[in-house]
Amino acid sequence: MAQKARFDAPLKLRSGAELPGFELTYEAYGELNAAKSNAVLVCHALNASHHVAGYYAGREDEIGWWDNLVGPGKPLDTRRFFVIGVNNLGGCHGSTGPMSVNPATGKPWGGDFPVVTVEDWVETQARLADHLGIERFAAVMGGSLGAMQALQWTLSHPERIRHSLVIAATARLSAQNIAFNEVARQAITTDPDFNGGHYYDKGVVPVRGLRIARMIGHITYLSDEAMMGKFGRQLRRAALGFDFDIDFEVESYLRYQGDKFSSYFDANTYLRITKALDYFDPAADFDGDLSAAVARAEAAFLVVSFKSDWRFAPARSRELVKALLDARKIVSYLEIDAPGGHDAFLMDDARYFGALRAYFGNIEL
Amino acid sequence: MTSSEQALLAARPDFAAVARWVSQGARVLDLGCGDGALLRYLWEAREAPGYGVEIDDAEVVACVRNDINVLQLDLESGLLLFRDGSFDTVILSETLQTIHRIEQLMREMLRVGREAIVSFPNFGHWTARMQILLGRMPVSEELPYEWYNTPNVHLCTTTDFEDLCRKLGIRIRERVALHEGRQISFLPNLFGSIAVYRCAMV
Repeated sequence: MAQKARFDAPLKLRSGAELPGFELTYEAYGELNAAKSNAVLVCHALNASHHVAGYYAGREDEIGWWDNLVGPGKPLDTRRFFVIGVNNLGGCHGSTGPMSVNPATGKPWGGDFPVVTVEDWVETQARLADHLGIERFAAVMGGSLGAMQALQWTLSHPERIRHSLVIAATARLSAQNIAFNEVARQAITTDPDFNGGHYYDKGVVPVRGLRIARMIGHITYLSDEAMMGKFGRQLRRAALGFDFDIDFEVESYLRYQGDKFSSYFDANTYLRITKALDYFDPAADFDGDLSAAVARAEAAFLVVSFKSDWRFAPARSRELVKALLDARKIVSYLEIDAPGGHDAFLMDDARYFGALRAYFGNIEL
Repeated sequence: MTSSEQALLAARPDFAAVARWVSQGARVLDLGCGDGALLRYLWEAREAPGYGVEIDDAEVVACVRNDINVLQLDLESGLLLFRDGSFDTVILSETLQTIHRIEQLMREMLRVGREAIVSFPNFGHWTARMQILLGRMPVSEELPYEWYNTPNVHLCTTTDFEDLCRKLGIRIRERVALHEGRQISFLPNLFGSIAVYRCAMV
């Protein structure tokens, strides 16, 4: 069941902006043991939320986004671990974000909500850990943007994390990655309904921009091979239409994904999350030397990449592994030959889940 | 020694030979580490912390299960992830014969490590010579494959290996030949079925 935690102390953000206070929505599974040594934080990526596993009574179709991994008897076994999912600050699933009321104006923040970063998220998660009485996490894990948080935890609070599981990640976005994010942002900000982010009180939503942003994103989450396998050149109608309606299955799929996403996700949140991705670069303060940046980490690392992931390709994970090795950290690295592209991190694969199960099994409580 | 260690040494007699040349607390890199059994053994016997490199999916998962630091990488693309001199000992245990670019790998091993320990099945063992003499490709306990299904691409004898070391400017510090777990000192290239070398750069 989703819970809320309220934090009244002001929060200084990396941008320099300050929030007077904030709320986080989170969910927890399993029991925190007496030694408080079995807590695992699961960080979400772009569009997910605190709802990691299970479903709510009467809403059986809304299964948690990593339910195949997290639960009783699953690789991250909630009979042994106390697992926490948090909706990140700036999100649109209950935590303080652009849709929340700005106490200074009494109106929704909208476009005035500050840009938040991975570092900011880790700070808010640390406050949640304080609130729950967790001094040190057994592990922090995540995929993609979630993995950036798992990595940042080892740098912001080295003494508060024992294991960091960094999956389908990169320690910094490439120019191509940023370019894709910029196209998504342009789709949103040029939508006539965007109104500089102040659209809530106007009764409109920049749906067109958001759905195009999602369609672009979705293409980058899948591999060419996976898309070809799933849709091929299969037609949606009996023959080519020689017009601009849907001809191919893949077009129908993208439109469906775009429609679905734009019906529940907030455009202001989407903009901010893509910026958090773009800005993440822990090596930047060390003249680009990632091994110097990770020198202060104390955690053991498990880094996992997927061969078919071209969004954050295995070469990006290998750069991180090299930096960790250079800094003499404890690290294991898996390069899984799964066809699913970037989204492979969400899919059950015997090798991948087998390794995660084994890794969690060896974490002493 | 525990019974599991004894069973391990019976199955892999080269492990004990390797372990003798690994000093207490040494930083070890094991290339082609399988399920991590050697690293596990070295940790227990020498308190030597290490990393394994392995390409096979099932073996990598087994390493994670065995609590071994493992890196899933292809040895053929070299040891790019490792800094010069970052290990005390780099081990290539019964893996040499499967490597395509042996010269590059041998050089790389002694770039990232101060010492290298290499073990391989000796193709000069008398039973192999006999089988060739009788007109057949050798099949043995150490080399159980038929010519058409072997993963081994570069088989050699101890003399061949020593020639290669000389060519690459690699100094052989120590060597031992084994057969059925026992050390062979008389005509090792004829009676040793497994050879283990301890090498360094000249």
